[in-house]
Amino acid sequence: MRHFRLLLTRDLRLAVRRPGQTLLPIGFFAMVTALFPLALSPRLEELRAIAPGVLWVGALLAALLSLDHLLRDDAADGTLEQLVAGSESLVSLVLAKVAAHWLMTGLPLALLAPLLGAGLGVPVAAMPGVIMALVLGTVCLSLLGAAAAALTLGARRGGILLTLLTLPLAVPVVIFGARATKLTIEGGSAAGAFYLLAAVAVLTLTLAPLATAAVLRIAVE
Amino acid sequence: MDFTWFHRLGSPPYIYRLSERLAPWFGWSAAVLIASGLYGGLLLAPPDYQQGEGFRIIYVHAPSAWLSLMVYSCMATAAAVGLIWRMKVAHAVAASCAGVGAAFTAVSLITGMLWGKPMWGTYWVWDPRLTAQLILLFLFFGYMALRASYDDTSRADRLSAWLAVIGMVNVPIVRFSVEWWNSLHQSPSVMKLARASMPASMLVPLLLMLAGFTVFFLAFLSVRLRAEVLRREKHSAWVRETVANA
Amino acid sequence: MPDSMSAFFAMGGYAQYVWPSYVVALGAIALTSWSARSVLRAALAEARRAAVDGSEDA
Repeated sequence: MRHFRLLLTRDLRLAVRRPGQTLLPIGFFAMVTALFPLALSPRLEELRAIAPGVLWVGALLAALLSLDHLLRDDAADGTLEQLVAGSESLVSLVLAKVAAHWLMTGLPLALLAPLLGAGLGVPVAAMPGVIMALVLGTVCLSLLGAAAAALTLGARRGGILLTLLTLPLAVPVVIFGARATKLTIEGGSAAGAFYLLAAVAVLTLTLAPLATAAVLRIAVE
Repeated sequence: MDFTWFHRLGSPPYIYRLSERLAPWFGWSAAVLIASGLYGGLLLAPPDYQQGEGFRIIYVHAPSAWLSLMVYSCMATAAAVGLIWRMKVAHAVAASCAGVGAAFTAVSLITGMLWGKPMWGTYWVWDPRLTAQLILLFLFFGYMALRASYDDTSRADRLSAWLAVIGMVNVPIVRFSVEWWNSLHQSPSVMKLARASMPASMLVPLLLMLAGFTVFFLAFLSVRLRAEVLRREKHSAWVRETVANA
Repeated sequence: MPDSMSAFFAMGGYAQYVWPSYVVALGAIALTSWSARSVLRAALAEARRAAVDGSEDA
């Protein structure tokens, strides 16, 4: 538990010291969601129909941008090897890194989404639901992305490969999450979709760190 | 329970000689099964009430789709065995599966689109089955790309094995989510030729083709695996003996 | 059984979909079989070369 807290605070402190790296995915998300009205139409009724898709694809792409740094920076200067060698529980190390990544990327995206969504015609009443769906979704993306990052750590063209590996894994999250968001925006009962999204999140939270830890051990050898 | 057979399969020279002996049996059986399936499907089976002669695409589409899923399962299982028991042969099996799996996933997509065009009017309608096959293709490509980006065989084996295992957990979830997503929008899925309502003259050739494709995969594997094993073991004594006597 | 050869090839009007499907699927079988055998031949050649190199050092 102590290791978890130490690593988490370290990663958060480092992220705060590199504001550019941290703000890039958020800026990207804002730009992408702003591009759609420009590319399509300023009419809110039309934009409301595509708002769930735009928000989710935007969040996915922004998360993918930031995943590269999750492990690569520490691997480059040898810190990762030290962490893996010295840690009692590799799983809590993985969870610490994922938590830091999510707090600096996923959570801000989820909180920003309703604001950007307003520009896409999302009603104010739907905003809590939009935040909830994106919180669950970005948690999954951080967890899955960490596994993909560990797999591609020593690979040639690792960045592109990371994206190729993460996308098929992210499909269920995007399907359930976008559906939940859409139903929230339309004002219907989104409970079913939320339950499915939550189920995927719980499954990912349980299994992904175990796989990531095992892969890290191989990757760092 | 005596598990010596399992560990014997893990011995490279044993699996090499076994594959060598079995290959012609698999090959000829596959040829007979596929030939009789083709005869039954193209000539004997009556045209479908709704789809006419067009339904005959099922005799190559369904076996390809079946093969793509079966090969992925085989790849993931071999990968898991390789990780758990540290069997090099298991990793060699997984490596041999990737290419043929991707190929038949692509075939299932192409035949699916060719079947869809006359039935739906367009080549692609985001039918849940085809969409899931598309994602499966990406999973195969990801696996092959990951393997290719590591030079060290042992590392490539174990990392891609984990990817295969993770993908295996993902496949049923993806299939479920895509079916669910599609059912909300009620797209036509004309490929529902329910097995129960199929007369024997239509069903038997389909089963023959399914069996034929499966045995073909075994024939393929018994050749491809030998190449994989030779490459990995080329400096060992048994390989030197084998090529000296060949 | 089809009425005639031409009726068989016409496939009730679906010929442009049915025959390319069969060509693609059976072609894939042929191609993968050929590919497996050619990869095996290459691996055998590699192994023979490795054996020769090994015996030369000895």
